[in-house]
Amino acid sequence: MTAPASPAKVRGETILAVDNLVKHFPITQGVLFQRQVGAVRAVDGVSFELRRGETLGVVGESGCGKSTLARLLMRLETPTSGRATLEGNDLFRSSGAELRRLRRNMQMVMQDPYTSLNPRMTVGAIIGEPFDIHPDAAPKGSKRKRVQELLDVVGLNPEHINRYPHQFSGGQRQRIGIARALALRPEIIVCDEPVSALDVSIQAQVINLLEQLQDEFGLSYIFIAHDLSVVRHIADRVAVMYLGKIVEIGTEDEIYERATHPYTQALLSAVPVPDPDARDDRTMIRLTGDVPSPADPPSGCRFRTRCWKAQEVCAREEPHPVPRAADPHPSACHFAELRPTTT
Amino acid sequence: MSHSAVKPTPASPTPEGGHLLEVRDLHVEFRTGEGVARVINGVSYHLDAGETLAVLGESGSGKSVTAQAIMGILDTPPANVRSGQILYRGRDLLGQSEEQRRQVRGKEIAMIFQDALSALNPVFPVGWQIGETLRHREGMSRGDARARTVELMDLVRIPAAASRLGDYPHQFSGGMRQRVMIAMALALNPKVLIADEPTTALDVTVQAQIMDLLADLRRDLDMAMILITHDLGVVAGVADRIAVMYAGRIVEHADVHSLYRAPAHPYTKGLLESIPRLDVRGQALSTIRGLPPNLMRIPSGCPFHPRCPYVQQVCVDVVPHDLVLGDGRTSACHFAQEVCDDSAR
Repeated sequence: MTAPASPAKVRGETILAVDNLVKHFPITQGVLFQRQVGAVRAVDGVSFELRRGETLGVVGESGCGKSTLARLLMRLETPTSGRATLEGNDLFRSSGAELRRLRRNMQMVMQDPYTSLNPRMTVGAIIGEPFDIHPDAAPKGSKRKRVQELLDVVGLNPEHINRYPHQFSGGQRQRIGIARALALRPEIIVCDEPVSALDVSIQAQVINLLEQLQDEFGLSYIFIAHDLSVVRHIADRVAVMYLGKIVEIGTEDEIYERATHPYTQALLSAVPVPDPDARDDRTMIRLTGDVPSPADPPSGCRFRTRCWKAQEVCAREEPHPVPRAADPHPSACHFAELRPTTT
Repeated sequence: MSHSAVKPTPASPTPEGGHLLEVRDLHVEFRTGEGVARVINGVSYHLDAGETLAVLGESGSGKSVTAQAIMGILDTPPANVRSGQILYRGRDLLGQSEEQRRQVRGKEIAMIFQDALSALNPVFPVGWQIGETLRHREGMSRGDARARTVELMDLVRIPAAASRLGDYPHQFSGGMRQRVMIAMALALNPKVLIADEPTTALDVTVQAQIMDLLADLRRDLDMAMILITHDLGVVAGVADRIAVMYAGRIVEHADVHSLYRAPAHPYTKGLLESIPRLDVRGQALSTIRGLPPNLMRIPSGCPFHPRCPYVQQVCVDVVPHDLVLGDGRTSACHFAQEVCDDSAR
């Protein structure tokens, strides 16, 4: 396969810009005449940029809206409001042929390799399906050859083209999912928890494959995960989400070494480190309570109900992710400051 | 770094001179339509009073099946305990009648499971479910059971326990449900608590809360704990000793400090090298090649040999025995000392 990059495409330029993206799921009451009585604010004003060739990690706990964000970007959900531009084209206002063209440029790898592959289709049919939708992507008669190339690229035996998903292990199935995402030679791949269903020894194989493919094809990744260690390993920049908002965003170094948002600091200190000698050295921040319901988020700063720094201003005024005095990367906290030792 | 400079784990007094709980050469197989899966192939480990043993392994390594055999909750058939002994305070549980085992279950050895939502009954309030054990096993009146249930829910730090007795499992968050299950397990004051992946389904901040709670409870109630997990980070936080399982065998057994400093089995070494770490910046991850074995066709000799970087002809031909390496640590590898020296380097 040849890399899709043309000379005009510069590594590091912005390829995807997301501006104030909002998705509210309505809560309705009544059987016949359904009235809307509220909304789950799954994604509530998220802005970020993705640069060509980089990996943007998105971390957060369950319910923070990271998967909804992925589905919005893939246009599997319609946003309530907000804009996203993919190489200058408006992602949410395009339709028909233009949308099909945009979608070709952005593909997704799902979390669960057991349910994201159709058990009744052969591997060849699964990976070749994108070519049925976009017949111009593979010249007539070359489909089988392209599928075999893709199998080879992701480290599977090209001779297994006629096998069914159940004949593969979890890690191999995830490779099939990756091959399917690569078929149309996209520039962006959205990975939603791509390794969390895999065993430890298999996880590393898939992470290495994703990194190797990125180098080979100049891909940009949005890498959504709850495992902060995996994200640190793979991401260039990291966005931390809490209750539908990005609370802190920065380079891998800024987030992991110089986090200024209390939530990021608490999240990092809760990650178990595989080193028994560090047991007593690490100072832990233990959050109390649970994440509030996204249908009724706290006023002002959404983290204030669990935050040890919370003051009256936090309930009144919502902090925005802007550069703070403590460190120049955006952090949505009125009292942003560095922790003496974060990790 | 040297593995010999290790603080010895504080040895707890063992009842009647033996171990509190000891699994000896356990073999379990599952008969399925496609053949016989040899899931446990000679597992031996022991647990002393007051300590935490971590059983580490990937899916299919047999770590949960061993625990289920200890509890006597294996479905037989398809499972079949072929041979071995499970000694609790010196008595073999496998030779006991179902009624005798029922007396041990819950009262002596209790277990908590990974998925609290499916382990709890959705159609009964949690207070009723925790109290059920107390009413049936201890013969408590409903009023007494209720009072004790509130105590237990306080113990596992469920806020406003008394007012939540009538709530159903779905009204609790994941972390709170896990606490409910821990309260149920503690109802009869067990001496051994088996925690099977207790935090796998939880978010990282909640996981930290639950692991803290388990460690505190183990200390305050003077229990011994078997922690079954695949997470090397969680193990490093709480365990005294570790038994690493692969293809139904214990491949390495050591105290937690020695094992992380210098693993002596190629599988353990591979696992430790293949996990991304929060405290170490990204470099290429080394991987363990290949896949875990199919338990219906376990490779000859050492079951890890098709994936092992140290493999020699002897590994294909001869099943390695546990090699004792000092400090009471063992490794089931023909080249254990070499691996250990390599890791220590």
